[in-house]
Amino acid sequence: MKCKKCGGVAVINMRHHRLALCADHYLDWFVTYTQRTIEKFRMFGSGDRLLVAVSGGKDSLALWDVLLRLGYQADGLYIKLGIEHQGYSDRSLDYVQRFLETSEAANPPRAPRPTQHVLHVVDIKGTYGESIPELARRTGRGRGKPCSVCGLVKRHVMNRVAQEGGYAALATGHNLDDEAAVLLQNTLRWQTGYLARQAPVLEATQPGLSRKVKPFCRLYERETAAYALVRGIDYIYDECPHASGATTIFHKELLNRLEGRSPGAKHSFYLDFLRAKKKGQLLLPAEEVELHPCEKCGQPTTAPGLCAFCRLWQ
Amino acid sequence: MVKVILRNREWELRPGMTVRSAILKLGLDPEAVLAVRDGQLINEATLTRDGDTIKLVAVISGG
Repeated sequence: MKCKKCGGVAVINMRHHRLALCADHYLDWFVTYTQRTIEKFRMFGSGDRLLVAVSGGKDSLALWDVLLRLGYQADGLYIKLGIEHQGYSDRSLDYVQRFLETSEAANPPRAPRPTQHVLHVVDIKGTYGESIPELARRTGRGRGKPCSVCGLVKRHVMNRVAQEGGYAALATGHNLDDEAAVLLQNTLRWQTGYLARQAPVLEATQPGLSRKVKPFCRLYERETAAYALVRGIDYIYDECPHASGATTIFHKELLNRLEGRSPGAKHSFYLDFLRAKKKGQLLLPAEEVELHPCEKCGQPTTAPGLCAFCRLWQ
Repeated sequence: MVKVILRNREWELRPGMTVRSAILKLGLDPEAVLAVRDGQLINEATLTRDGDTIKLVAVISGG
């Protein structure tokens, strides 16, 4: 199979794009496609300061790499969750730090813009007193799995750091498979409120809320993995030990079976949903949630008094 | 023979089939893995050769 651009040996074939590319042209295509996505959804501009949530995994490190190559001012945020199983959190942080050490030399930007970037590290146990698994055990939230506590804490910390740092947007490495799996899950249960909110850009609708953007939302998960491999980004390959058996993974497997039978199925499922929503073809409930500042941390919350995050630590 | 590795699993297959056919023969999903040979990503139509070691990289993550 040959590269469509140069006739060299293709390293990847994207059947839904009918496009096979060699390593060099794939790296170029991937960066350009990300930039087009940023522009298509008006995620941010060239002068905006960005905070990238990095976990040490392929998607987030690839995203940080691409944003730096594009010349954006992008700082990283690593949240140390305290998952000690086989040193998972320590190893994840090692990958992020190694990326940071090499990224300066390995990221010649396409445009001559400043690429000074820093990594913020928030250690949950060091900052708040308990790791995520300890917090989940004590509170009993999440039916024995720490995933719901983890999500809640990460959303709070990401928003806090983005607010304190005055960042224009918080960028996460969610890819099309992540978004399609969430869409499938919400559709199967007709969670209309969640369907109304699902978007590549979550606007800062209230003071104290940060804008959230997903620049990889049009890229398949195998494409972000391929980018990391071809680009030589060393990432934590092991899955979070708590993710085993997760519903998201099951939904991704289902969607991949559809994709195998019908190339482009995931692409259409997610992007046609966004198009239909934009055109007003889906009658989803308008968001009319009243938010007010948490009495303790000041972050917007629907609950009276303390927000869900602050209630965890009582 | 061709050695195929995915995480801590290993298989041996006859050479001469495409990477996609090899993945399917092992009961795996070609959408969910990438193939690497000699440290290089290879496309799904690549023919396997006798003596190859092909590492499959799982791409699904989440929770």
